[in-house]
Amino acid sequence: MLLENRFEDGFVVTSLEQAINWGRESSLWPMTFGLACCAIEMMATGAGRYDIDRFGAGAFRATPRQADLMIVAGTVNLKMADRVRRLYHQMPDPKFVIAMGACTCGGGPYYKYGYNVAKGVDLVVPVDVYVPGCPPRPEALLEGLMRVQDKVRRMKDLTKGGAEGPPVPARTGAVLLPDELATPEKALAFVTETKERAKPAKA
Amino acid sequence: MTPADITAALQERFGAAVTPGLATALDPFVTVEPGRLVEVCTFLRDDPRLRFEMLNDVSGVDYLETDPKKAAKAGFDPHLEVVYHLSSFTHPGRRFTLKVVLPRWKDGTPGELPEVPSVAGVWRTADWQEREVYDLVGVRFPGHPDPRRILLADDWEGHPLRKDYEFPLEYHGVRCR
Repeated sequence: MLLENRFEDGFVVTSLEQAINWGRESSLWPMTFGLACCAIEMMATGAGRYDIDRFGAGAFRATPRQADLMIVAGTVNLKMADRVRRLYHQMPDPKFVIAMGACTCGGGPYYKYGYNVAKGVDLVVPVDVYVPGCPPRPEALLEGLMRVQDKVRRMKDLTKGGAEGPPVPARTGAVLLPDELATPEKALAFVTETKERAKPAKA
Repeated sequence: MTPADITAALQERFGAAVTPGLATALDPFVTVEPGRLVEVCTFLRDDPRLRFEMLNDVSGVDYLETDPKKAAKAGFDPHLEVVYHLSSFTHPGRRFTLKVVLPRWKDGTPGELPEVPSVAGVWRTADWQEREVYDLVGVRFPGHPDPRRILLADDWEGHPLRKDYEFPLEYHGVRCR
C-alpha cells in the first residue's frame, strides 16, 4: 500500500485480485429457484422492504448458467434432489450455495418421518452458508448473503497458496430499527397505541 | 332417504355382498365385497333414489399395530381398508361411505399387493385418487386407465404409508437415514 494517496483524487490503487473479488462479491447473481415456503421469504428479501439488490444480489437469473449463487429455499425432497444436483452442476464456477431454512440445513420437521425428504441439502450439493430458521427472516438471509461475500472476498484465484484462516465477517444483516421500536418498552407502547387507534370509533 | 334406507336398498339389491356398518358411526357406511364394488358404485350413482354423482375421495387405511405388546389390545386384525366418500348433487347434503376390507397382502404372500377393481369408469375423480392410494398404501386397482405412481418417483420402492414401511438407506446417491 505504498502507492496509496500518491495520486490525484479519483485514483484507487489495489491489487487485481482484490478488484476482481470486489466485483464478484458485489454482483452475486442468485438463481430464481424456490422449492417451498422459504421461497416466499426469499421473495420478500428481494422485494422493496428488504431489497437484496442493495448488496448486488438482486438480479435473480432464470437460468443456472448465468447464476453464481444458489439459494436453496425450501424442502428438498428426494425426487427434487436429482434436479437440484443437476442445476448445481449447470452453474458456472465459482458458485456458492446458501442452504436456507431448517429443511435444507438438516431435514427440519421432516427429519424423523419424512420418507421423501433429503435430510439436508448438504447431502446433495456442497453448501457454503447455512441459514437456519423456519423460515428465516429476510435479515437472516441477508446475513447469509454477507457471509458468502466474506468468502468471496478472501478468494485467491490469481495468487498461489490460497486463502488461510476462516473468513472475517465484515458486515452484518442486522437492521437499524426506527426510533419508536428501538427498545422493548417503546415498541410495546407503539403497538398498544396502534391498536387503540385501529379500534372503530364509537358512534 | 336416511342412511338406514340407503343400506336397506343396497342390501335388497346386492344381498350378502353388502354388510351394514356400525349403526352409531358418525359417517354412515357399508362394507362391500371387492368383487362387486363396481356394480354397487354404478347403482349408487345411477339409481334415481340415490344419485351419488360425486366421489369426494378415495383413501386407504392400513390397520396394523407394529408393537407386539400392543397388538393384542389393538382391537383389530391386521388388514387394509379402502374407503370411498360419496355425496350427491341431486339430493344436497346427502353423504354416504363405502368401505372395502382387504388382506394386507394378496393371498397372504408378502410383496403381492391386494386388489380392488377400479371405479375410475364410474367417477373420473377416482383416477388420480386411486393412483395416490396405490402410491402410498399399496393397493392395486385392476381396470385403472393409468396405474402409475402419482407423487413419488417412478422407481421408488415400497409404499410409505404402510405401517411396516422401512425407509430406504439411500436414494440416487442421497443418504436417507
